[in-house]
Amino acid sequence: MFKGTERKPFNDEKDLVQVQPSTRIILRSDLLHSYDKPPLYDVTIEEFETCALDRLRILAEIESSAARNRSWEELKVVTNAQCLKYLPLHATSAKTVDRDSQRKKDHLGHFVLRLAFCRSEDLRRRFVKAETTLFKIRYDGDDNAERELFLSSRDFNWIPVDAAEKAKYRKELLAAYQGAKNESVREQAFEGEKYYKVKWTRVPDLVEKRKVFLKGGWAYVPGKELSSIVFQEFETLLVNALELTARSLPRLDEDTRIVPILDNLSQGFLAGVPSEWVGSGDSTNGEDIKAEMIDDLAKKHFPMCMRTMHDNLRRDHHLKHFGRLNYGLFLKAMEIFGRILFISLNLALSFNKEYKYNIRHSYGLEGKRANYAAKSCQQLLMSGPSEYGCPYRHYSPENLQSALLSTYSSQGLASSDLPEIMATVKGSHYHVACTRVFEMTHSSFGVKKGQGVGDGESVTHPNQYAAKSMELYKAQDNSEVMVVE
Amino acid sequence: MTSEVMLTFYRRLYPFKSIFNWLNHEHAPTQLFTHREFAFTLQGDVYLRYNSFNTAEELKKQVCQLNPTRFEIGPVYSARPKDKKTVRPGKFTPLQRELVFDIDMTDYDPVRTCCSGADICRRCWAFISAAVQVLHAAIREQFGYEHLLWVYSGRRGIHLWISDKEAMELTDDQRRALVGWMTVVKGGNEASKKLNVRLNARSLPPALQAAVDRLRIIFPDLVLSDQNLFASTEGYEALLEQIPDPAVVSKLRQQWQNDPSRSSEDKWVNFKKEVSKYERGSAQRATLTAAMEDIILHYTYPRIDAEVSKHRNHLLKAPFCVHPKTGRVCVPVDPDRIEEFDPESVPTVSQLLRELDALGGKTEPSSETDWEKTSLKPYVDMLDKHALRLMEQVRLDKRGKGLCSGAL
Repeated sequence: MFKGTERKPFNDEKDLVQVQPSTRIILRSDLLHSYDKPPLYDVTIEEFETCALDRLRILAEIESSAARNRSWEELKVVTNAQCLKYLPLHATSAKTVDRDSQRKKDHLGHFVLRLAFCRSEDLRRRFVKAETTLFKIRYDGDDNAERELFLSSRDFNWIPVDAAEKAKYRKELLAAYQGAKNESVREQAFEGEKYYKVKWTRVPDLVEKRKVFLKGGWAYVPGKELSSIVFQEFETLLVNALELTARSLPRLDEDTRIVPILDNLSQGFLAGVPSEWVGSGDSTNGEDIKAEMIDDLAKKHFPMCMRTMHDNLRRDHHLKHFGRLNYGLFLKAMEIFGRILFISLNLALSFNKEYKYNIRHSYGLEGKRANYAAKSCQQLLMSGPSEYGCPYRHYSPENLQSALLSTYSSQGLASSDLPEIMATVKGSHYHVACTRVFEMTHSSFGVKKGQGVGDGESVTHPNQYAAKSMELYKAQDNSEVMVVE
Repeated sequence: MTSEVMLTFYRRLYPFKSIFNWLNHEHAPTQLFTHREFAFTLQGDVYLRYNSFNTAEELKKQVCQLNPTRFEIGPVYSARPKDKKTVRPGKFTPLQRELVFDIDMTDYDPVRTCCSGADICRRCWAFISAAVQVLHAAIREQFGYEHLLWVYSGRRGIHLWISDKEAMELTDDQRRALVGWMTVVKGGNEASKKLNVRLNARSLPPALQAAVDRLRIIFPDLVLSDQNLFASTEGYEALLEQIPDPAVVSKLRQQWQNDPSRSSEDKWVNFKKEVSKYERGSAQRATLTAAMEDIILHYTYPRIDAEVSKHRNHLLKAPFCVHPKTGRVCVPVDPDRIEEFDPESVPTVSQLLRELDALGGKTEPSSETDWEKTSLKPYVDMLDKHALRLMEQVRLDKRGKGLCSGAL
């Protein structure tokens, strides 16, 4: 399957993800193919990673949406926006776009992520949940023709209820039928409705809400609720497939190129997808920043991790090695590093050799001479507990609460906001907590809950946080200037 | 309950073999028994989890050795629970488990006047009896399950164990869905909230319609005459709160304020009369009739402890354990004769031991059959019959499969 320049050991395992013969269908040309067949074509290692990363961005956003209590409608909007950005997938009817490559990307990304997320119960559960949600959103967005095509394309094992049976349970079916407020309209719709029988265990969501009629373990599902069966089917198939994949995974361990990629991908849910932060280049960042402004900048724009380091540096005139490295890289990405660190440190006794080394090191002039990129949230989260990691993860709840208050109360964070933040921290959604803090401290700029750092994106990089914050301030400054003029 | 009493009870009376048959579904030990978790509560609230046994004898030996105040039954895991520490964490997951329900009298505290908290009397048992009738019929008719075992919890509640193959294999999501389907009145703080069960403007979901039709008959005896729930000001105000027609409410309130001695039955008649003043088929009448049904549901519909049923790995006290406070044995209950069941007539452990003593030296103590000579017998017989039906079912299923494969 995934063939790079050489054949890999698991190449012979044709169907790494095996499917039951009865449910097997060919890679479908319609929008809602159910990922029954694994990709059997050659892909480059780059494709392998980028397809998965792009898909992961979307899934991570869906996952954090749940933690952020977004409504279904909000979730749909955010996800569709993200999909358009990273994983466009047009309807079968769209002729002008390159549908095949879109489909291929969607298909490949899904299967790579299966490999990445099949390894533990927890990852599997979260992956299934996010994928099912994505599937629902897509299904929801499809037109009827597309759905019909999909429903008729495979056997869902439901038993059509004939007219005689429908007449027999007419009273009960009608009572359970949901429709228009107007009684006669509802009844009319009911008459035209086609019913299907399935075991109730296949439509638990409909049962939970009493949306069906149950008789002897059979659920009578009206045609318009069929999607429920479809979603359940999708979920069940995916769960089974992941378990199968997990069992075949050990055979993959021999491939030294793929395993690191998968390891990296499987951490995507912890901190969202790390973007290699590249300054936007349009000089909104660096140009007019003066070193003297650093304290003000830190106060206004830095995420908590960097803010803490800045404060520590100011207080102690010292940071430990990794602290210096992380903070330095962050500042470097803001294009103000050299100047600022210098200012911050000139209060120190001397600008000694060590600090000089540090600056040169992070610019790739010392050591292994790598031009390091600024650390992403994921990298900060992964490092062990320390003063230079992610405070949301590494601080004790009590410390975090008092730190949050002392750091951000001047920017509008009230102690009444703390329970919400602490709840997300408790659920290990550290980046969601950071995103909420961003939203709260920037509410005066019109940032609403759920909006995140633009388009509902969560914080995945300290520089992204700072850049967005500065952008907001700048936009406001501009508008103020305009008012004055 | 002294520990000697408990030990004698376990040694001579506890029907281990019957429990084994009921859990195992076959004569020869299967994973349904060997991979099943047992949890023991010892004296001083020491709690031992993840025990498992190969045979009924092994279980008995351990129970007699530990002499627990009670023990609980958990799910069937993918490996033997006693090996939990040695298998990989991912390989130890609950696979099967009876679908269980727990109905506890405490959830009825807002709607009972006779006792409160842990106390229970014949009169409030009628709530449990109504719940059993509704739940029993619903599970059988709507979900099609047949192997239901009702067990008195020893003090103020009742448990239901469903052993059908499909029920055993339900996932947590499916269990949650089933509980959602069954739940109408939420316990705890939300107990006084108005019901919200109607799908459409008027009609109840068919399942609840069936429940209302059943409860309508029980309601007058239980709520009106027995509990006399609307006698007090508090009681009738709670009722008025559930009537959506302000004109009717103020009229009734005035009537009842003027005559505090009026009984609940009279008040219900007053309410019905007000309803019938509206013309048949009118919107107001339909609304009030619906409210009346909601009220019946509110006061009598089963109040299920949802958490117990939702998860496969929830532990539930085993039948025939002794309730440490009351000393009563958790005996099976016949749902068809639930109305006759009197919790105070359930044998206590000391009573049973006295019965054994009375036999004196007449018979050799033989732990296998000692319970036969006591008043525990009819209850053990009930479990045995239940287990027998289950085993018969399994045998038929197997034979069916055998025939099919033979034909191929």
